[in-house]
Amino acid sequence: MTSAPHIPGPKTPGAGKPIVLEQVSRTWGETVAVDALSIEIPAGSFTALLGPSGCGKSTTLRMIAGLETVSSGRILIGGEDVTGQPSAKRDLSMVFQSYALFPHLNVGENIVFGLKVRRVGRAERDRRLARVADLLGLGQLLERKPGQLSGGQQQRVALGRAIIGEKPICLMDEPLSNLDAKLRHEMRVEIRALQQQLGFTMVYVTHDQVEAITMADQVVLLNGGRLEQVASPRDLYEKPATPFAARFIGTPPMNLFPANAFRKLCTAPDFKLGLRPEAMHLEDGGPVNAAVRAVEYLGADVLADCEVAGTSFQVRLPANRAFTPGQSVQLGFSPDALHVFDADTGCRRDDLISEFGALLRS
Amino acid sequence: MKRGFALKRDWIHGWLLLLPAMVFLFAFTHIPAVTTFLNSFFSTPRGRRPAKFIGLSNYERMLDDPVFWKVLWNNVWFAFGTIPASVGLAIVMALWVNDRLAGRSFVRMAYFTPTVLPLIAVANIWLFFYTPGFGLVDQITGALFGWPASNYLGNPDTALNAIIVVTVWKEAGFFMIFYLAALQAIPVTLKEAAQIEGAGRWTVFWRITFPLLMPTTLFVCVNAVINSFRLVDHIFILTDGGPDNASALLLFYIYEVAFRFWETAYGATLTVALLVLLSLLAIGQFFFFDRKVHYK
Repeated sequence: MTSAPHIPGPKTPGAGKPIVLEQVSRTWGETVAVDALSIEIPAGSFTALLGPSGCGKSTTLRMIAGLETVSSGRILIGGEDVTGQPSAKRDLSMVFQSYALFPHLNVGENIVFGLKVRRVGRAERDRRLARVADLLGLGQLLERKPGQLSGGQQQRVALGRAIIGEKPICLMDEPLSNLDAKLRHEMRVEIRALQQQLGFTMVYVTHDQVEAITMADQVVLLNGGRLEQVASPRDLYEKPATPFAARFIGTPPMNLFPANAFRKLCTAPDFKLGLRPEAMHLEDGGPVNAAVRAVEYLGADVLADCEVAGTSFQVRLPANRAFTPGQSVQLGFSPDALHVFDADTGCRRDDLISEFGALLRS
Repeated sequence: MKRGFALKRDWIHGWLLLLPAMVFLFAFTHIPAVTTFLNSFFSTPRGRRPAKFIGLSNYERMLDDPVFWKVLWNNVWFAFGTIPASVGLAIVMALWVNDRLAGRSFVRMAYFTPTVLPLIAVANIWLFFYTPGFGLVDQITGALFGWPASNYLGNPDTALNAIIVVTVWKEAGFFMIFYLAALQAIPVTLKEAAQIEGAGRWTVFWRITFPLLMPTTLFVCVNAVINSFRLVDHIFILTDGGPDNASALLLFYIYEVAFRFWETAYGATLTVALLVLLSLLAIGQFFFFDRKVHYK
């Protein structure tokens, strides 16, 4: 038994509910924000909705929350169709990007707001507040107004308000985007730990792939209102389904080459080859003969902008050797680090990797 | 030596910049106020008889004046009749036109129209509404309830209330604009956060929106109180203070005393009383509200 704090309440902790989206769309006139999106979010999992800005991830979250109406399709929470239900009936909590703390109420009042609305008794309220304040280290701040708190503290209050109700689902809309880098890292760890302790289903919207990769069990990658890929962070990094997914995950992004950038593959022009900058290494007589254009010194290693056959790409090289722009380098990679995408459909072609790898190495 | 000169030049520049506004403020506000205060201790000059110092007799006269007490009481009643009603109505209208609804800008404009119209013109329209027999009010009450024709403005029991209705109609739209601006400054996410926590519309209003509107409410209330002592134009048109001073307010009485009866000294005394009353109310309001108002 771990030291997971048991917060007393009608529901047992660990009782998250699954969420299912069936062909959910949201349109405003001609604009399609979310296009026939189908996702399954398992109970108790941490799912990140990831994508560039304007991809419909926040709209999707707001539809799950019931703050946005669904144009077509169904949303099921715990097997029950909630498409037409107001937010209050969906039994979930939410943390907003701006935190949405009530500025006229103090921290304690903010946290117990929902309990008060649902007429939970005073003794019960106080007991839960004490627990949550203890869990989040807010004990000293309960009397303060949100305006007197730092960004990180406000973030904690918003978290507290979300978890005190012991809802089976918690939604978060870019909750860390207003924090500085160091605090963001701390909160990432903390939110993840909190979710695992309390066992609720988490849906977490972010545009930051690092957040998604480090925190989530499952990443839902969206692009232009459409589903790009659903996978675990490891699969998303190792087996991106599309060139978009390949370039969105990982910093710097994966390099994509047209197949005919390599002389040995000029017979197969309809494919895109992907190679991560960190998957390439210096190799005398290697298959990629590139010219260095610029070098960025990062400390542990250097990031070199190179060019091969008119295609520019980046490669991560050891910092112990000096590179100068204009120099030519020979690079190699292991065959299974190669990604192959169909240039027309954008589909991943796992079947061709070994063949192409062998061709390039030959 | 040189530094002192530069400093002096700064001073001169400063005072020159302040001068235009100060001239007007002194000419039309401060000097008249002080003169009024001084005049209240003198008798009214008439013909060859110059004003002479009579101490507090003007104030003694005021305390013995039944009309003064009557108009003061009228004014209290007028304030209680107009302020809560117009502020409440303003909030309701602002909430209504802040929502998404068809023709929203038209409704906003319609609500604001009474504020734009000159009060004298408005009073003339209302005079017609109140006309006994064939006025709009009588037509409606006659058709709906079969009430007999009644002279709302000519009856001492109803004259002041009829004026209160006109004032509420006139003021609510003006206050609505302030509430509308305040409502739009409240982030939508606060409402959404409350909704997710299970709050209905009513709870959201009482627990979130209304408390966040408190600074506006304070501002509007101070204005409403001042207006309830300041607005008299419509009384001239509608009732002329009658019948039997039933609809006369303090400022209206001051006007009558000072410029119809030419008892300027007594008018000055009444004015001092009005100023003292207004200052006390404004200070009181700020102290009373300050604890309950959350400023960002």
